[in-house]
Amino acid sequence: MKIMLGILTLSLFATAAFAIDTEEAMEDPALQARYEKIIDEVRCLKCQNTTIKDSNAFLAGDLRREIRRMLEEGMTDDEIFDFLVERYGDFALYKPRASGKTLILWIAPALFLLGGGVVLVNIIRRRMALPIDVDAAEENE
Amino acid sequence: MWKYFLPLVIFGLFFLLLKTGMNDIMEGKNVNELPSPLIDKPAPQFELPSLTDPSKTVGNASFANEIAVVNVWATWCVGCRQEHPFLMKLAKSGSVPIFGLNWRDNQAEAQRFLQQLGNPFVDSAFDADGRVGIDWGVYGAPETFLVGADGTVLYKHLGPLNQALWDEYFVPHIDAAGNTK
Repeated sequence: MKIMLGILTLSLFATAAFAIDTEEAMEDPALQARYEKIIDEVRCLKCQNTTIKDSNAFLAGDLRREIRRMLEEGMTDDEIFDFLVERYGDFALYKPRASGKTLILWIAPALFLLGGGVVLVNIIRRRMALPIDVDAAEENE
Repeated sequence: MWKYFLPLVIFGLFFLLLKTGMNDIMEGKNVNELPSPLIDKPAPQFELPSLTDPSKTVGNASFANEIAVVNVWATWCVGCRQEHPFLMKLAKSGSVPIFGLNWRDNQAEAQRFLQQLGNPFVDSAFDADGRVGIDWGVYGAPETFLVGADGTVLYKHLGPLNQALWDEYFVPHIDAAGNTK
């Protein structure tokens, strides 16, 4: 029973072993590191909620191969992202560039935070203005 | 007084924001369809061996100076089989030449596909490793591009084509191009 349980527990960690990218690592470890970072930031257009690192769709494989080629040709990360955006649009990147079209994506979180902050400050101010009710405070203790 | 209406106003704005996101779904559009950044830009350059006759090549030069349809297809693609009868009909009408980009396919199987079901294409480029597909921003066959006489991409459709879609989205571009000549 204990052994069974042990095996089951171990199997929970087994998913890490299923690597999608079966290509050999590149010779230059610095290039390999950049490669892994890039493929983790590019959306697989065929299966739209995974990165090309996590997708085994052949399109993802093709894009990994292209990115590898571009890295070996000495292109910068930005040039590679440009290459993808030119072909597939802003949606191809998980971290979209700040442009007119994607501006709302970038400023919306700040706006929401600001709005929440204003509401919070208002509530606190109103509460502070209230007379302190000693009886109620004691009751709550 | 306005205090009581403020939450309602905020809710209303939020509702509108979410509703615009829902519109496409309510209208039955394919929400996975992405606008192609290639529209109104020059069609990506390519030159590939012809699927049917590897001694010949197919590329932008094949449809220079005329409005043409470039259809991305493959034998493994279900939607391509679905739209195939319409492409045959369109080819027969002779309104625009159709060129194929046979994408990531098996050459023998692709040739058999055309022999058995008919060949609507003037010619098909054989893109075995998908390299040209990437340049055209292809991510799911079938995809259909309309390329103008000056070589710019006028329109792109994702998914199986049919007469209604053709009439609604392709014909206006073709008519407009015809009028300016």
